Amino acid sequence: MALAERPSEGRRSAPLIHWIKSILKTLGTIAITMLGLLFVTFIIGRVMPIDPVLAIVGERASQSTYDAVYQQLGLDKPLLVQFGYYLWDVLHGDFGNSLLNARPVSEDIARVFPATLELATLGVMIGIFLGVPLGVIAAVKRGSWIDQIARVVALVGYSMPIFWLGLMGLLVFYGILGWVGGPGRLDIFYEDIVPTRTGLILVDSAIAQDWDVFRNALSHIVLPAALLGYYSLAYISRMTRSFMLEQLSAEYVITARVKGLSERQVIWRHAFKNIRVQLITVIALSYANLLEGSVLTEIIFSWPGIGSYITTALLSADMNAVLGGTVVVGLIFICLNIFSDLLYRFFDPRSK
Amino acid sequence: MNAFNKLLTGAALGLALAVTSTSAMAETPPNMLVIANRIDDITTLDPAESFEFAGSDVSRNVYQKLVNFDPLDLDAGYQPDVAESWDVSEDGKSITFKIREGLTFHSGNSVTAEDVQFSLRRAIILNKTPAFILTQFGFTPENVEQTIVADGNTLTITTDKPYATSFVLNCLTATIGGIVDKKTVMEHDKDGDLGNEWLKTNTAGSGAYSLVSWKPNESVTLQSNPDFYLGAPAMERVVVRHVQESASQRLLLERGDIDVARNLNPEDVAGVSSVAGVKISDELKGRLMYVSLNQKHPELSKPQVRQAFKYLIDYEGMRDSFLKGQYTIHQNFLPQTYLGASDENPFSFNVEKAKALLDEAGVSGLEIEVGVREAQERIEIAQSMQNALGQVGITMNITVGTAKQILARYRARELDVYLGAWGPDYPDPQTNAGTFAYNPDNSDAANATGLLAWRNSWDTGGLTEKTDAAVVENDTVKRADMYKEIQAEFRETSPFVVMFQQIEQSALRENVTDFSTGQAITSASYWQVTK
Repeated sequence: MALAERPSEGRRSAPLIHWIKSILKTLGTIAITMLGLLFVTFIIGRVMPIDPVLAIVGERASQSTYDAVYQQLGLDKPLLVQFGYYLWDVLHGDFGNSLLNARPVSEDIARVFPATLELATLGVMIGIFLGVPLGVIAAVKRGSWIDQIARVVALVGYSMPIFWLGLMGLLVFYGILGWVGGPGRLDIFYEDIVPTRTGLILVDSAIAQDWDVFRNALSHIVLPAALLGYYSLAYISRMTRSFMLEQLSAEYVITARVKGLSERQVIWRHAFKNIRVQLITVIALSYANLLEGSVLTEIIFSWPGIGSYITTALLSADMNAVLGGTVVVGLIFICLNIFSDLLYRFFDPRSK
Repeated sequence: MNAFNKLLTGAALGLALAVTSTSAMAETPPNMLVIANRIDDITTLDPAESFEFAGSDVSRNVYQKLVNFDPLDLDAGYQPDVAESWDVSEDGKSITFKIREGLTFHSGNSVTAEDVQFSLRRAIILNKTPAFILTQFGFTPENVEQTIVADGNTLTITTDKPYATSFVLNCLTATIGGIVDKKTVMEHDKDGDLGNEWLKTNTAGSGAYSLVSWKPNESVTLQSNPDFYLGAPAMERVVVRHVQESASQRLLLERGDIDVARNLNPEDVAGVSSVAGVKISDELKGRLMYVSLNQKHPELSKPQVRQAFKYLIDYEGMRDSFLKGQYTIHQNFLPQTYLGASDENPFSFNVEKAKALLDEAGVSGLEIEVGVREAQERIEIAQSMQNALGQVGITMNITVGTAKQILARYRARELDVYLGAWGPDYPDPQTNAGTFAYNPDNSDAANATGLLAWRNSWDTGGLTEKTDAAVVENDTVKRADMYKEIQAEFRETSPFVVMFQQIEQSALRENVTDFSTGQAITSASYWQVTK
């Protein structure tokens, strides 16, 4: 009996061990990826032709001031030692202070990232809610005028410079029609009214039930979100169309039609169901790109997000800020990858 | 229509209603001033450390100084501020300031001579970038206890030489002269940093405004000080918003969401100037655009070649095209509005004259390199020069690089020609005379990288001594004449081709009055603004 029970215990513990192994493997991958990302960014930051000391002290500082700051930043130590110190601090949750504005980088990121998160989330939602149906319809009505329109919409989305489109949008909808709020997240008069809980103004104002602030925030975000959503839509709709065309030509679709299922059932319950996994990848990629921060959109709309934060930091040789931002962006990609994997398992039993 | 479709339609309608309900033309409240500006250069708010434009704007409004400029009459020069009056000792080395009674910091603490002593000593001890503005008078961390001394209601500063009083007082109007609240600052002292870390992001002043918030790259919000000794400011709140894009600033101004746009490009200035309810204000700023010739170069060091270059700049052509409205022709090292400034601009674009000078020098087929930092207007100036020099047979190769690349070579005296900009550090003529016309030791070993004359390997001849003499001249009129004389000689003999002085064009809503960006000598001030 004892011998007979052993395999059964082994079978019970096998999934647990597998699960632990899987988690350890994922954590290991995350750690190696983050380490590599940090190392590469750190080295690039040190070799690029911008002097972080000069950026702080200005070109007219005396040599003694320059030297003092040079040592203060630890630049007199070997590169690997500098990286070691930095890594040690990061492992203790300390990204250091911004070299330029003297604030903790973590505080800066906590301030700018929610602005990007809010904008990107709304943008990708627009992309999904309009892009997916448009792609499906374009595939179903292949060659029709709807398909042509979808193609033009996507083409314009791919090829139009976001800078120009953003300025035109501002000019028409804000400058001329006055339908939306101008650059910035809020009108001046609404700033600092609702307490910051999440940093997402729409959410914070809804929690505070301050609907004036909510409406104002909405009027400011709608245009940049629509702009980002449009670019997201262009990508998502083209990919959806392509995935759907592949499914619609499959034999099981013909079988379903022969069985007499309605066209709606064939499209949405059979064909669409089978492109969900691919779509998740497309959407996750699109969302991750938006979460990196769209620098040009942020500049045009004076949107204090992570894209312009990292760019400004990079151009000013504020490497603590650049590295902190890089870690966040890296984590976003990793988290979205893990989330996609989980969704795969949910939608596609084979991947379990 | 199924539930999903109903939901989508409802959401779309709701969004449209919510958004379009804000379509009315906005207008800022009458007691609030909203400014769009690029404020991403602010790195610290500590007056002992701040050395950037946007940071100086904040400091000017938050901190008082011993002496200060009246924004309504900048030409009048420095005026009493925290110091009610001052006396100069017979030997000209000591100035004793009588501190004004009844002033209070935003914290409620009184402004005393001890606070002034603390502030000035602190700036010298911390020795941050702008400290040279004070240490050039011989103050050191070791001697401040003897040279900056409060006694009751007075403060005495003692310099190492009998400098011109105007020189010392002009320097005290700089940001580094800001008076901080000793008690508040020392409550935040950390490891003996004299509150430096805390003051980077907080303020402790007694000026017309106190700081509400500074969100880097986002906004600065100031609240009026109702107890300000010159009267409570009409603008109770001032918000400076970071708006990077000129077109975005223009739209905000046209819609009435801001009162002042400070960074419009020439096209947007032209566009907005015809808009009803908007006006343009021009103010001369201190930045000069210049070209300099390295005197180590055997050909460029010939007097005729130096002179020829001054005739090979298309001053008017550039001013009227890509620099339109942003720069004015100015061929002297002191910006207009400075004490001793000269408005003599004797050079004009004259290829024939330049050719004759080059022939006289026996120069032909010259090939040189110019270093330019990657800024559009500088590159365009370089291209214009390249074209002009080509007409006299000089090949000029343009090297565009980052600040680090170009400045490193300029400081190492390696560039043949440098094309760049220079802005004064403090509102006294010495700030520019002491770098353009001053070079006591031209040897490589001197390594005086802070001096522009040294960077160009130029032995200034007698101008160094004349500059030394001007900083100790106490008669202000005589002093101004001395600088005019120095500049006259400089124009003719120096390897510097000073070309343009910057103009700042601000666009304002028509109801905004008395707004001042401080011209070339100081920063923006808000307490006098009305709407």
